[in-house]
Amino acid sequence: MTAIPPARRRQVLRQSLSVGVATGAYGVSFGALSVAAGLSVLQTQALSALLFSGGSQFAFVGLVAGGPSGAPAAIATSTLLGLRNGLYGLQVARMLHVRGLRRALAAHLTIDESTAVGVAQPEVRAGRLGFWATGIAVFVLWNLMTLAGALIGDALGDPRTYGLDAAAAAAFCGLLWPRLKSRDAFAIAAVAALVAVLLAPRAPAGVPVLVAALSALLAAVWPTAHRDPAPPHHWADESEETADTTDDDAARRRGGAP
Amino acid sequence: MWTAILLACALAFGLKALGYVVPAHWLEGQRTSRVTSALPVALLAALVAVQTVTDPSGSLVVDARLVAVAAACVALALRAPFLVVVVVAAVVAAGLRALGWG
Repeated sequence: MTAIPPARRRQVLRQSLSVGVATGAYGVSFGALSVAAGLSVLQTQALSALLFSGGSQFAFVGLVAGGPSGAPAAIATSTLLGLRNGLYGLQVARMLHVRGLRRALAAHLTIDESTAVGVAQPEVRAGRLGFWATGIAVFVLWNLMTLAGALIGDALGDPRTYGLDAAAAAAFCGLLWPRLKSRDAFAIAAVAALVAVLLAPRAPAGVPVLVAALSALLAAVWPTAHRDPAPPHHWADESEETADTTDDDAARRRGGAP
Repeated sequence: MWTAILLACALAFGLKALGYVVPAHWLEGQRTSRVTSALPVALLAALVAVQTVTDPSGSLVVDARLVAVAAACVALALRAPFLVVVVVAAVVAAGLRALGWG
């Protein structure tokens, strides 16, 4: 294996850093929303450092906002949203070949962004660099911005005055939007939303969201059902030399994901 | 609350780590991958709906949040970055409430 040429190295690092800055920036909204939901600054920081997966974190604080009774549903929803990180791990593991402590660290950094940048690189070595650089950049900036947001949120007072409850709903919209690339995805989203709203007055907080998640099963009986726009990239069947043929495709599918 | 937080963190890490240790073919079925990729869509759509039009008791309400989320969708359609989308929603909701509605 040859080393990555310096120009290529800079290119990958620049890409990683720009993804890190863009993603880290909205850590500020997570910090503020989490404190508005009633979590302490330390609890908020623990979620960003230890859970480290944006969608799951937003879901967790959204569902405990109504009080501790929402905790079981918050854990369940955040875990279901985290399932996709396990699928990313399957792909990334084949690229990284890491063991022991480095493997645990790689697992912790396996999120939408690091996987997307990693698998979008045509060469395996650049892919590894992209994965680690993006993962570390997002982790550092996401945590710093979470702290900033939590401190600002703490100083603000009543979250409703500042529209922070609406900001939480908009945050989920922003996470959902890039995934609505096909009619099937749109239909599944519509069914899930309808089920959740119809159940809301009749079920305890958080349960409607979990029941609505079952509408994902529609994809099982729907032969043309959509594919996740985030990373699925087939390392399994490709040698290192042919991986670049799917580069454009991976980049296109990744487009617009926060 | 700490118990819930740490449990959620442990489960999240467990899932990430699982991807590194299970044989890849376990999850490579066509049908399985369709469902797992549809799961975030269903969950996020349900969260948007519940957080936009229900109050803490679960009753349906139309207030400043619905207008704010509509504004956020317009921002998304215009390809605004994530942070701008969130701020637009907050500003619209805060503005409407300052005017005495919702």
